[in-house]
Amino acid sequence: MTTTSTESTPSHQATNAVERVADRHLAVSSAAYRIRNHALNMGEVQGQGYVGQALGAADILATVYTDQLRYRAEDPHWEVRDRFLLSTGHYAIGHYAAVAEAGIIPVSELETYGSDDSRLPMSGMSTYTPGMEISGGSLGHGLTIAVGMALGLRHQGTEYEGRGARVFNFLSDGELDEGSTWEAAMGAHHHRLGNLTAMVDINALQADGATNTVLRTEPVLEKWEAFGWYAQRVDGNDVGALLEAFDNAAAVAAPEGRPSVILCDTRVGRGVPLLETREKAHFMRIEEHEWQICREQLAAGFEGTASA
Amino acid sequence: MSTTVASTKPKLKTSAMIASFADPGQKTTSAPFGHALVKAAEADQRIVGLTADLGKYTDMHIFAKAVPERFFQMGMAEQLLFGAAAGLAETGLVPFASTYSVFAARRAYDFLCLDIAEPNLNVNIVGGLPGLTTGYGPSHQATEDMAIFRGMPNLTIVDPCDSVDIEQAVPQLAASEGPTYLRLLRGNVPTVLDEYDYKFELGKAKVLRGGNDVVFVSSGLMTMRALQAAEALAAHNVDVAVVHTPTIKPFDASTVLREINTDRLAVTLENHTVVGGLFETVASAVVAAGLGKRVVPVALPDAFLDAGALPTLHERYGLSVDRIVAKVLEELG
Repeated sequence: MTTTSTESTPSHQATNAVERVADRHLAVSSAAYRIRNHALNMGEVQGQGYVGQALGAADILATVYTDQLRYRAEDPHWEVRDRFLLSTGHYAIGHYAAVAEAGIIPVSELETYGSDDSRLPMSGMSTYTPGMEISGGSLGHGLTIAVGMALGLRHQGTEYEGRGARVFNFLSDGELDEGSTWEAAMGAHHHRLGNLTAMVDINALQADGATNTVLRTEPVLEKWEAFGWYAQRVDGNDVGALLEAFDNAAAVAAPEGRPSVILCDTRVGRGVPLLETREKAHFMRIEEHEWQICREQLAAGFEGTASA
Repeated sequence: MSTTVASTKPKLKTSAMIASFADPGQKTTSAPFGHALVKAAEADQRIVGLTADLGKYTDMHIFAKAVPERFFQMGMAEQLLFGAAAGLAETGLVPFASTYSVFAARRAYDFLCLDIAEPNLNVNIVGGLPGLTTGYGPSHQATEDMAIFRGMPNLTIVDPCDSVDIEQAVPQLAASEGPTYLRLLRGNVPTVLDEYDYKFELGKAKVLRGGNDVVFVSSGLMTMRALQAAEALAAHNVDVAVVHTPTIKPFDASTVLREINTDRLAVTLENHTVVGGLFETVASAVVAAGLGKRVVPVALPDAFLDAGALPTLHERYGLSVDRIVAKVLEELG
């Protein structure tokens, strides 16, 4: 820890820091609202889909794309970009919304989601969509690829403005069932991949039901810590908590060469009370007349928090 | 050049996991893959090496020692091995990732298929103990690796005969764009093809010798046996041609069909189950071309094989030179 003299006063710095956090918070919350709105519109076109997951994960996606990722919207293959890997292919609906929000694909294209010849298939694939780094869907793959990417980027010294490219892997709590996830967790620690951050969406729901009835994965935090990761567990629908967790990971774990995991407890259908209270289902059914109600509830909720 | 197989006492021992299939006194080359990879890496900075706790057993240790900063040990974790290889390739590197063929084909298939083959990445899978090259039984004998891999789109499959094939194949595998699978021969590997006017060319079959009575179409170590059997059959006044087809996929059907579409007895020879390997590759090409030609397979049976000494097993399952000669003579009546 070195201290350096600076021209700005501590109180001035603190005010700036508070303002910066508020700015970041607002930017992320607004993006999360738009991502949710996009997801509802896409779901309506399909008449169904993984809308519940997209709504639940919107705050995580918004935090990553708005606050963390270094990318160039016009050049998705920019060599020094940070990589965001979506393991959970069925979350593509949320990811497409985030990619559109980031300007990598036009918002107008979102309505093609899941249609024949669309660049936006139901399950996310790198060969179809700009900004999709990998083809997810077969769960338990993302973190293994992330390990290789983090190794490869570090090996090649891929840097821009003094910072190496980072790798973010989004996975679900269901993916913790897969042994390959833990192979990768060991590998990331062994190879000291401080440039790797995993986010686990713990919505406590899998295809066959509640996670704790399918295969108990708890205690999750202790598992990751035992694998040598810098592990934090936060409310994944609390933007402030997410921002703090990413800041901690960058400040504490990355310099030590430790991979970071942010375990995000989220609520399926978050932001739309109608869906939050509905019986939890992997593939949520929404009636034709309900989409507009969903959008209205979402808007009302967002305006409520924004004015609060 | 004659094989010696004890048909009566004393019983042979299984010996080490990786049994040598070189004949006593045969010319061999030490660790041709490892040395070829080091050489290729000198010319191509993109090349990196990985293994899943089998560096010493796949000759990857040669590379690890020569260029340690470009070698990544992934532990006994084959899903991670190939997922990470995909990730490395996504950043522009050219990984060679080694394990045993059984683990690559059976255990990590989903990762090879979706993370490497579907995005058509330049990842080179290096599989030790292909076919029947160990006496350890079905846990280690990859008798169906080609059958498993042939259905995978984009994947090039190479079944080299000897050290010459391996040395010449490695830089071509690195240079070719998509993924490849190399059926590795390691340790003291026979050196056979240097005596022929031959060069390995990815995707090409080559006629090693002409012959008027029989045509052998072979890959892998069975090309060595085919050449030995051809010599032995000459003593029976049987004139045998040998066509070596080290690339199983994409298959050089035009060369092979040209050689097969004659009055000669056609025999395929492979170190692999009769299901889904070279025989069926040739047979489907023959049928698709509308040739009403009989093809006789020399291949492993569709069965889980015994444990034991390699010479014993090769004799038992028909891969030995004596068994090949006997089969051809029987076919010719």
